[in-house]
Amino acid sequence: MAISRVCVIGAGTIGSLLAGHLAGVCEVSVLTRRPEHAALLREQGLRISGKHELAAEVFATHEAAQLPQFDIGIIACKALELELTASQLAGHAERAAMMTVQNGLGAEAVVARHGPWPIISAVTFMSGIRHSDVHVEYELDTATWMGPWAQTTTPYPLVEELAALMISAGLEAEAMEDLLPAQWSKLIFNSAINTVAALTELPHVDLFAQEREFGDLGRLVHGLIDEGVAVAAAAGVALHDDPWEMNVLAVARGETAHSDYAHRPSMLEDVLARRPTEVEFITGALVREAARVDVKVPLSTAMYRLVRAREASWQAGAAQAVA
Amino acid sequence: MRVCIVGCGAVGSLFAAHLATLDEVEVWAYDVVAEHVAAINAGGLRLTGRAEIVAPVKARTDPGEIPPCQFGIVATKAMFTTQAIAATAGVFVDGAVCSVQNGVGNEELIAEHVPRVIRGTTFPAGRVVAPGVVQMDTAGDTWIGPFEESPASAAEIERLAEALTRGGMPTVALADARGAQWTKLIFNAASNPLGALTGLTHGALCELAPTRALISALVREGVAVADALGITLDSDPVALIDHAAEVAHDHRASMLQDALAHRRTEIDALNGGIVRYGAQTGVPTPLNEAIVALIAGMEHAWSSQPEAVAPTAGGGGG
Repeated sequence: MAISRVCVIGAGTIGSLLAGHLAGVCEVSVLTRRPEHAALLREQGLRISGKHELAAEVFATHEAAQLPQFDIGIIACKALELELTASQLAGHAERAAMMTVQNGLGAEAVVARHGPWPIISAVTFMSGIRHSDVHVEYELDTATWMGPWAQTTTPYPLVEELAALMISAGLEAEAMEDLLPAQWSKLIFNSAINTVAALTELPHVDLFAQEREFGDLGRLVHGLIDEGVAVAAAAGVALHDDPWEMNVLAVARGETAHSDYAHRPSMLEDVLARRPTEVEFITGALVREAARVDVKVPLSTAMYRLVRAREASWQAGAAQAVA
Repeated sequence: MRVCIVGCGAVGSLFAAHLATLDEVEVWAYDVVAEHVAAINAGGLRLTGRAEIVAPVKARTDPGEIPPCQFGIVATKAMFTTQAIAATAGVFVDGAVCSVQNGVGNEELIAEHVPRVIRGTTFPAGRVVAPGVVQMDTAGDTWIGPFEESPASAAEIERLAEALTRGGMPTVALADARGAQWTKLIFNAASNPLGALTGLTHGALCELAPTRALISALVREGVAVADALGITLDSDPVALIDHAAEVAHDHRASMLQDALAHRRTEIDALNGGIVRYGAQTGVPTPLNEAIVALIAGMEHAWSSQPEAVAPTAGGGGG
């Protein structure tokens, strides 16, 4: 199958970066949550700045019924919006394959409940800064990894073709026959980095890798990662990358070594904007998996509880959250 | 009897003003805030709230102007202990100096500069509302006893406790004050930083299941360290926490107030103390260490410029 039509579902930072790049190599449609967002995209197109300078024309709508036919749907909404988004796609594009790029665990199963689509699992490490509905800055041009989800009969050549298409569009992508090792590497990395960033309000700076003395943030990050690694081992997953090495590399990379341009993990963005975070899908998923395989994860549990409490402080208005 | 209060902020002022109501006690105070010192010297030190007192206190920013004193009461924030006692050591060449500060480790630092030290723990609290004026929010007891390494005499400790009690600050002299200190330490370390990290009041922290569970886990680590040190706690920290949830439900822990104002916290003397003594006694304290790292990270975030991170829509800055 030749992929010539891609639909990006959810036009946040990641969705916009995907749509803006892919529009250069194939037909791209975008499903937004808000009607005014779709209208702006239709009128003004989509601008990518930063690592790449691109101006893309895309078809955009907020109604699934208005979408043109497509071969691949990339579901790029937040994990918190996945259930609603997938339910809107039910009955549409039944010959397409769907790719999920959500943080954490379990996105594929949610999508599979709403349609017969073959599913591609993906994790993405690219990041951006959303300046407006029609302008996203491409910040970290790191890879998206993808593989067939084992519970559907997704042909591996399709995954390879999509990865090749993304690469031809200027993105970094890699197809893998088994994504679980990579997915878990990212889950463990994400759980540690996102919760620490959200609670300290620090972007991902080099302190996250410093572990000389007690109280150094790197020791906490390392402890959280060690717990995740133990859970993966007990669950029978051999990791693709060592999450601690991922952390060390990320803070050593040019973009994040200088605190004047450090990456803000999404959970920190959510906390600063007082939005619900994805902690339930990331650290919550890890803590539940740990209970299933009977591994103790006291540090991850503490971080999960603290982030949930932080969320509760805005909902209850019980106290002014630290801002 | 001549007493010098070292650090005449909220807690120091409660001690200074109450002692100064006694005819036979001459109260001096050392503080670095010139405006506060000037106001005290001009109109006396005024307490409002739980106590209404205007008391004559001789306040100084220059410790060289303070005469030798029989007693010292150190009430600075824990991170300023060394600086404050080094500056005033000359006042206590033949004195006994009592810490009424938060956390553990203050007496050790004081003992590096003065001959005899008293270990103290206090519950009364307040806040400076204007130069020379302190609002007393909470009354409560104070416990004092010898600092084991370089102790004040039992007679000195009794004498200070008697004067404080008579001045209106009920104080108990003990042969071993570690139990009282560790009870308050464990209470503070399990609740204070969680307020700073989540933005929740003490009552909300206790009502919310996730934080309630975390409080209990932090208390367990602290109790295990106290046990290993051979310290008998004078009450159950969990009971204290429940009690505070009732009487101080909407109270913002001092560390939450520090966080909101982006001030350095006393984390090193609180959870940091539990971690250090845990390491000494071979008791693991991973959760307390995690809390130390998070608060230290938070302080680091305040010290970096708000511009240090890329701006985003709705972002609140560091």
